[in-house]
Amino acid sequence: MTEQAADRSPEIGGRALKRAMAKAQGRAKRRAVLLVAPLLLFILITFVAPIGQMLFRSVHNDGFSANMPALAAWFAENPEGTMPDEAAYAALATDLKMARENKTAGTVGTRINYEIGGTRSLFTSGARKAEDLKPPFARSVPEMDEDWADPQLWQVMRTASSAYTASFYLAALDLTRDADGHIVGVEEGRAVYVGLFFKTLWMSGLITVLCLILGYPVAHLLATLPLAKSNLLMILVLLPFWTSLLVRTTSWMVLLQEQGVINNTLVATGVLQDDNRLAMIYNQTGTIIAMVHILLPFMILPLYSVMRPIKPHYVRAARSLGATSWTAFRRVYLPQTVPGIGAGALLVFILAVGYYITPALVGGASGQLISNLIAYHMQDSLNWSMAAALAAILLAAVLVLYWLYDRLVGIDNLKLG
Amino acid sequence: MAVPIYASPLERVWYYVYRVLCALIFLFLIAPILIIIPLSFNAEPYFTFTSKMLALDPTGYSGRWYDMLLTFGMQDPDAPRGWAWWADVWENARWVGVAKNSVIVGVFSTLLATVLGTVAALGLSRPEMPFRRVIMAVLISPMIVPIIITATGLFFFYSAIRIGDWGIPYLGLVLAHATLGIPFVIITVTATLVGFDHSLTRAAASLGASPRRVFFKVVMPLIMPGMISGALFAFVTSFDEVVVVLFIAGPDEQTIPRQMWNGIRESISPAILAVATILVVVSILLLATVELLRRRSERLRGVSAG
Repeated sequence: MTEQAADRSPEIGGRALKRAMAKAQGRAKRRAVLLVAPLLLFILITFVAPIGQMLFRSVHNDGFSANMPALAAWFAENPEGTMPDEAAYAALATDLKMARENKTAGTVGTRINYEIGGTRSLFTSGARKAEDLKPPFARSVPEMDEDWADPQLWQVMRTASSAYTASFYLAALDLTRDADGHIVGVEEGRAVYVGLFFKTLWMSGLITVLCLILGYPVAHLLATLPLAKSNLLMILVLLPFWTSLLVRTTSWMVLLQEQGVINNTLVATGVLQDDNRLAMIYNQTGTIIAMVHILLPFMILPLYSVMRPIKPHYVRAARSLGATSWTAFRRVYLPQTVPGIGAGALLVFILAVGYYITPALVGGASGQLISNLIAYHMQDSLNWSMAAALAAILLAAVLVLYWLYDRLVGIDNLKLG
Repeated sequence: MAVPIYASPLERVWYYVYRVLCALIFLFLIAPILIIIPLSFNAEPYFTFTSKMLALDPTGYSGRWYDMLLTFGMQDPDAPRGWAWWADVWENARWVGVAKNSVIVGVFSTLLATVLGTVAALGLSRPEMPFRRVIMAVLISPMIVPIIITATGLFFFYSAIRIGDWGIPYLGLVLAHATLGIPFVIITVTATLVGFDHSLTRAAASLGASPRRVFFKVVMPLIMPGMISGALFAFVTSFDEVVVVLFIAGPDEQTIPRQMWNGIRESISPAILAVATILVVVSILLLATVELLRRRSERLRGVSAG
């Protein structure tokens, strides 16, 4: 009996133990999830949902479809390529009349105006005159304004008759639909977005490289000095990091202005003629200088945290084996700092791609980035769907970079100060 | 890092060139911030050193731009400066008003971010946490996603839910700024939780302390430095944020950066430099606090003092 119990107990105990372990682990897991849940919920509501709504808006615009029901129904019945017939023009006339009553002609016109410039007034004046239209509408509507017969207009109205559209993404990629519904590039002079995307990438790349060139020696110096000294010098890196972005941008405006400190000093010392002052601000140069200054700490800090633990013995060993100091640096030291270079460069690039404030204040016309165009569509042209589509493309680019950063560096290794 | 005795002459030259280069880069980093301090005391409305200032003539300097920060927007700036004058400043001065808004939004968003962020960091640092990596990535993303995208999304979202009609002042801004500050709290608190000795909490529990008591008496004092520096980061983020304010703030919710933005875009006057100087002083104080906390934390956790 006792022997039997002794025989069986480890198995029973083992099973019970397993169950108890699983239970305890389940409890620990639940507790961890419960701790994270409130914040996750908060971020989902205040951050993920708004961005989701923005993405929705980039493919959804019912400015036309909701206010022109009869025409939308005609488009739904007749396949693409059908010439507008009497029924189509009659639907158009009905809808224009209704738009006049509901005061929505402006909204409708604005939606079409996004794709063909100058058509907003076509709709508002059309709605005003819709009262007097007599059948046959296929004749009276084009008589009111011959633009109504434009096949391009009908193509755009067909696209807009559905609330869901990819046309804002097409526009964001400098593409458009021709009268037959084929996707084609826009005319030479109107293509702005793709060029600006590339310019944003190019300038961010340049800023990243400049930050690396300036940050590497400083990080190396900080990493090799004794701690007491390097902590003191570190303040020079951390103070800019903690100083308001607007303050730093303002000080660059003060320094770089035509009547600013740098130009005045150069003129006073005779390097420059008074009528020959350097234009360093309100252009691309101004954006690059100010952004390099603002993002430099984001390069120095990751580099420093990788360089600090590197022991000097390896370089010394290389020297003692006959390497010149350049070879020792290139073959021994530099490879060990690659993780820091990757982390810093990716971080600076990610931050630079979405920069808005500094280009807006010191960029002038030539130093604008894609973010500034998003803000322009949000605040001035009020083409919100376009802004959303541009923002979605920028977001996709940033998320790819972020994913890359997580894979290569790990978010856990993101350090502040 | 002295020059080794086996260095060639070329290496000796490089050693000094390298030092000079580093000094120049440090100058590039710090000079733009320091230069606005003397310029903000300029007696003339210029953004450059006047000859009087260079000659250190006291008449070249004045505090008029600081005075303007107080008087701008006042009902009666020329009244004798007594109790009523200061009351007028407190009530009506434009810069004082936006400073109050900044502090209110900053304090409430910091509180929200710190509490939610600390609790979540405690959960995230447990080994049992499922989907840790993905959740961490989502929680850090407000720091990575360009601010213009966040602001655009919030603009659509807030107008859809009509947050302005809920009757809670500053609600939209506080929620938005808390979201932007949370990544900083998570990063700093998880950093202090790395190497956290869990036997301490078990010891406290085995001695009969309730989980609440364990948290407040054992865990919190140890992660306090991380919490405070995270909170300071969150506060600075809110205090310095302009794009979200630009997109969603009501006319009574303007903050210091927003007012600076106006000033810079419209007519930049040295009064902006006076504000900038005050902000630089604030950031020096914040930096000093964070550095002291970091050293204290390292000492507490037994890492060699930096």
